[in-house]
Amino acid sequence: MGLDIGSVSTNIILIDDKDNLVFKKYLRTQGKPIDMIKEGIKELEESVGEKNICGVGATGSGRYLANIIVGADVVKNEITSHAVAALGFNPKVRTIIEIGGQDSKIIILRDGIVTDFAMNTVCAAGTGSFLDRQALRLGVNISEFGDLALNSKNPVRIAGRCAVFAESDMIHKQQLGHNQEDIIKGLCEALVRNYLNNVGKGKEILFPIVFQGGVAANKGIKAAFEKELKQQVLVPENYDVMGAIGAAALGRKKAEEQGYTNFRGTKLYEKDYKVNGKECNGCSNLCEILEIFEGNEVLARYGDKCGKWSP
Amino acid sequence: MKITFPQFGNVYIAGKAFLEELGHEVIAPPVCSRKTLEIGTKHSPEMMCLPFKILVGNYIESIEKGADTILITGSCGPCRFGFYSLLQDNILKDLGYDVDIIVFDHIGEGYSKLKSNLNKIINMKSMKEITRSAKLGLDLIKRTDNLTQLSNEVRAYAINKKEVDIIMDKYYIDTGSVHGAKEMIELINQTEEKLKFVKIDRNYTPIKVGIIGEIYTIIEPFVNLEIERKLGHLGVLVEKSMTPTSWLEHHVFNYPFGSKEENMKYKLAKPYLKTLVGGHGRETIGSAIYYKNKGFDGVIQILPLNCMPEIVAKSILKTVEKDLDFPIMTLVVDEMTGEAGYVTRLEAFVDLINKRKGNINIG
Repeated sequence: MGLDIGSVSTNIILIDDKDNLVFKKYLRTQGKPIDMIKEGIKELEESVGEKNICGVGATGSGRYLANIIVGADVVKNEITSHAVAALGFNPKVRTIIEIGGQDSKIIILRDGIVTDFAMNTVCAAGTGSFLDRQALRLGVNISEFGDLALNSKNPVRIAGRCAVFAESDMIHKQQLGHNQEDIIKGLCEALVRNYLNNVGKGKEILFPIVFQGGVAANKGIKAAFEKELKQQVLVPENYDVMGAIGAAALGRKKAEEQGYTNFRGTKLYEKDYKVNGKECNGCSNLCEILEIFEGNEVLARYGDKCGKWSP
Repeated sequence: MKITFPQFGNVYIAGKAFLEELGHEVIAPPVCSRKTLEIGTKHSPEMMCLPFKILVGNYIESIEKGADTILITGSCGPCRFGFYSLLQDNILKDLGYDVDIIVFDHIGEGYSKLKSNLNKIINMKSMKEITRSAKLGLDLIKRTDNLTQLSNEVRAYAINKKEVDIIMDKYYIDTGSVHGAKEMIELINQTEEKLKFVKIDRNYTPIKVGIIGEIYTIIEPFVNLEIERKLGHLGVLVEKSMTPTSWLEHHVFNYPFGSKEENMKYKLAKPYLKTLVGGHGRETIGSAIYYKNKGFDGVIQILPLNCMPEIVAKSILKTVEKDLDFPIMTLVVDEMTGEAGYVTRLEAFVDLINKRKGNINIG
């Protein structure tokens, strides 16, 4: 089983021993990761029954939380997880473009080894959340966003350097009366330019290029990448859960090595989890301590700098 | 006269003891915390770099504890640090704090002003007394730097890495209660002893990572989100390219020739950057090459958001990375830095190095 708890989506997947995807659930996190993990696991049990889950890997920004609740064998950062999954999809891959809800990454591989990577540093322009927001502003469903872009014949040029400027420039173009498709395509191209100039700066982008993460659903962005890079960009079938697939593969390997799994069982969705946040007044750092309860029992405490609360 | 000075890594330990030896009352600045940053951010121009904001926070916290005189060094390189003292003086006066700021400018800025500022501090002591205190202070700086480095090394090998953190936390808390150089040295000795008893894995070969970039962000652990600890927990042996000791050796003891190490870094940086670009931009590039030559596995550059010299270095480091086939990662910090994203980047960087070395065969 692989879990990818991201800012925008929570993905839970199952793979069998031959790397075939058996179960896949893509949920919107909506700021409630614990509820979504429970919901996902409940659905997992309903659809495939109580299968023998031999290993668990967790990734995404909520990976530590997932580990506490589910019990993972491997807790891995997104970069490694995505690289593992992309190598499973295409062993020759040399560039991975990954755009998720809050961050965008580029991973460079040579001969199946990650040799370089970059993540967006101080700006989230061009990530899923930004696209979500702009789709909302334009009154377009995010799932139609990409198709609309493909219909455009004459994209407008939008300043994509910064999310705030992109938004005001986009509104300006709207007020000038440009049609929606052209604006959307313009936005896609602006984001791709921004990505290549920021995250992809100075990186040698070589074929095969794999594009994954939630934003890969957006055909407009894919087309814009192909136009800009003048190369074909591959989108794997399960582009949206690649992180979880990578985590699952790593979890399986670890569980095989150690001979057991830390998984707490699929019945965990029946349990009641509560999170209690409090501010520690022990020193002037005022750390926000989180306590996670399973029923009345404390599962974990974390968030402190000094180790007073966390074990 | 109740003296305070800004937080700068471990310097407060030596600084406090040195000034106490000269017979001053010292209000050591509280350890940097979120509160420090909040106060600093509130009273600083928004576009100023992070160190400036922390310093302002430091001053105000110390003033509230009773300090009336602030000691700070100056700079004449093309970096905003040179204007810190003037701007901060204005900010504090505007806020209604009546404090005296004593700036130790570079000797190149004129000897007489430096001498009169020094006179305020040396408290009419005899030359012998001053030399004695200065020597003690400098010894302390070296000792504290060595202790930090020792803790980094032990942490990389330690079986239970938290043990090292507990020892070091206790040491930092205790530095507040000891008085004078002698007690401080005793405390350092005790801490070193304790570190020697931490159980380590002798068969483990850690990967080695150098920390390069802007001096304040490298040295002050609160600002770099305790990167040394975080990497140590990942089993990485960390070394910082700059320490208060190396700064003093370059700018004070070997003036005007500069220290051997720094001059070597200039030489190394020369093919990429021939001239001073302000701050430590040139040293950053030299350090990257230095660590590569020293057999390190990678370097991490840290810079505060909108730090011009480091931005120049960052662009050049891409070429260095390619030419030397050497992993270099850049991390930008400011008051908005999120810890989760920071940890993710560190973990991924360590994974990358491990894979390049063939320690892990998948991915």
